[in-house]
Amino acid sequence: MKHLVPEFEKFRERFPAGFESSLVLPCLRRIQEDRGYVANSDIEELAVFLGVPQIQIEEVLSFYTQFRRKPIGRWHLQFCHNVSCSMNGAENVLAHVEQKLGIKPGQTTPDGRYTLSTVECLGSCGTAPMMMVNDGYHENLTFTKLDELLEGLK
Amino acid sequence: MPGRQLIMSFPVTATSHALSEYRERGGYGALAKTLGQLKPQDVVKEVTASGLQGRGGAAFAVGRKWQVVQYDDGQPHYLIANADEGEPGTFKDRWILENNPHVLLESMLIASYALNVRNCFVYIRGEFDLPYRRLAGAVEEAYAAGLFGRNILGSGFSCDIVVYRGAGAYVAGEASGLLSSLEGKKGYPRNRPPRLTVKGLYQRPTVVNNVESLSNIAWIISNGAEAFKAVGTPKSPGTRLFSVSGHINRPGVYEVELGYPWMKFLDEDCGGVPHGRAIKCVVPGGVSSKVLTGADISNLKLSHEDLWDAGSTLGSGGMIVIAEGTCMVALLQVLMRFYHHESCGQCTPCRHGTGWLHRIVDRIVAGDGRSDDIERLYYISKFNDGTTICGLGDAAGYACSGILDKFRDEFEYCIEHKRSKFGGNLECLRSS
Repeated sequence: MKHLVPEFEKFRERFPAGFESSLVLPCLRRIQEDRGYVANSDIEELAVFLGVPQIQIEEVLSFYTQFRRKPIGRWHLQFCHNVSCSMNGAENVLAHVEQKLGIKPGQTTPDGRYTLSTVECLGSCGTAPMMMVNDGYHENLTFTKLDELLEGLK
Repeated sequence: MPGRQLIMSFPVTATSHALSEYRERGGYGALAKTLGQLKPQDVVKEVTASGLQGRGGAAFAVGRKWQVVQYDDGQPHYLIANADEGEPGTFKDRWILENNPHVLLESMLIASYALNVRNCFVYIRGEFDLPYRRLAGAVEEAYAAGLFGRNILGSGFSCDIVVYRGAGAYVAGEASGLLSSLEGKKGYPRNRPPRLTVKGLYQRPTVVNNVESLSNIAWIISNGAEAFKAVGTPKSPGTRLFSVSGHINRPGVYEVELGYPWMKFLDEDCGGVPHGRAIKCVVPGGVSSKVLTGADISNLKLSHEDLWDAGSTLGSGGMIVIAEGTCMVALLQVLMRFYHHESCGQCTPCRHGTGWLHRIVDRIVAGDGRSDDIERLYYISKFNDGTTICGLGDAAGYACSGILDKFRDEFEYCIEHKRSKFGGNLECLRSS
């Protein structure tokens, strides 16, 4: 985490004085972007840096779905399976990918290339079915579109 | 076009979100007018007089919320735009963030001036990537143009803004859960009283408004409360952004003048249901609002009063159209899984109730339903109502009892025959 401290100092400048606790989420997001997940050492160092209890950071990590405590595959495929996506074939596109990659939601391919997840509504209901690949949205999915997309993810 | 447009009143292009084009559309004129001619209390009066209702779900009057804040009580005040858009079926705020971010920023500056706010925040859901980049880009543009920071437009008014990204929690969209999250903690909602306008972020008076609610402010200040009230109906002034999805030919975000006929909107503007199917029911405003059948909505207008009379609500404007032939048991299963997943676990009735509801619907779908399961679902739904800190548990109950009220026969069929009346189907199939 230490090499990110200059960036964290910049975060701090943008908040009013006394808002150190608010920096927990932005700092954790940045750590995860950098390492791919949040390690125990990150928690200890961030707690000291911000002057917040370690338990607060651990609670945050376990509460929010986007935080990870372990490494995952290079490409994280997150399929929405909420109402509008399910009504537009989310189960079919998910089954197609499961079959193609040979994994189920929650699993990573043995080569570490893909991790598959299902998630709740991502606010993309008008362009269902959809998935996130790492940070980006991919909408109006079809089998052809998925096949092309997966080929491109090395 | 379904009536007059206040927020989506320009053609979207690759650059229409930029500051220069926003200015060409008259942008930041309302801010100049505010800082040059209006006192803070004039702004609050104008917004109150406009009758603007919140667009996040509860439709609480924006002016009444603002009036609670005492301008010079010697404390710091905070303003937060709630962009944690997560109600299933809702994607309207995303449209504003991606395509018209400056209307939000200008409106927040005006609101900050009115409420004596030095630091304001936009809390945006963590998954939103393009909306975040567009908004963050707009903030940079605004700072560079001297629209944020110290002594804005030479008026002596100073204001800073932070765009704060969530990390994946539906409950953080609830205003007090949002504040817990913005304080860097898990997004637990808080008990009221005290109201957030009395003790909010870090125990200071805080106004939390939805993105769309705030985005109306610039228009109201430019054109006046009377002009705003001339749009829409007397009890529902203005327009609303509806995000339409599900079984519909032209899904998307539409700005609709309130009072517009509902079926006309769905048939003409949204192109009707695919394959010429009839409408079985509609989720009017996010899954936490009660479903209405095709017959229920046939003569309704899109206004708060019509929806309240019909026993539902315009909620968050997330409209999901459901065609004939869809299995409501399977649909309820998706909803109950969602609430169970998103319950934060703080209050016992919701923590356990959402899980019970989910598991009971699961077993009905699996063909293991028991004869008294429908009554059990009703009992839990009712028990959840009003016994928790926030509305998540209530909403799970409303969604459940709302579907049971209208489609009880499908659940009875599924329990008795151990299979769905409609094959568990959720997609809009071609007529056979």
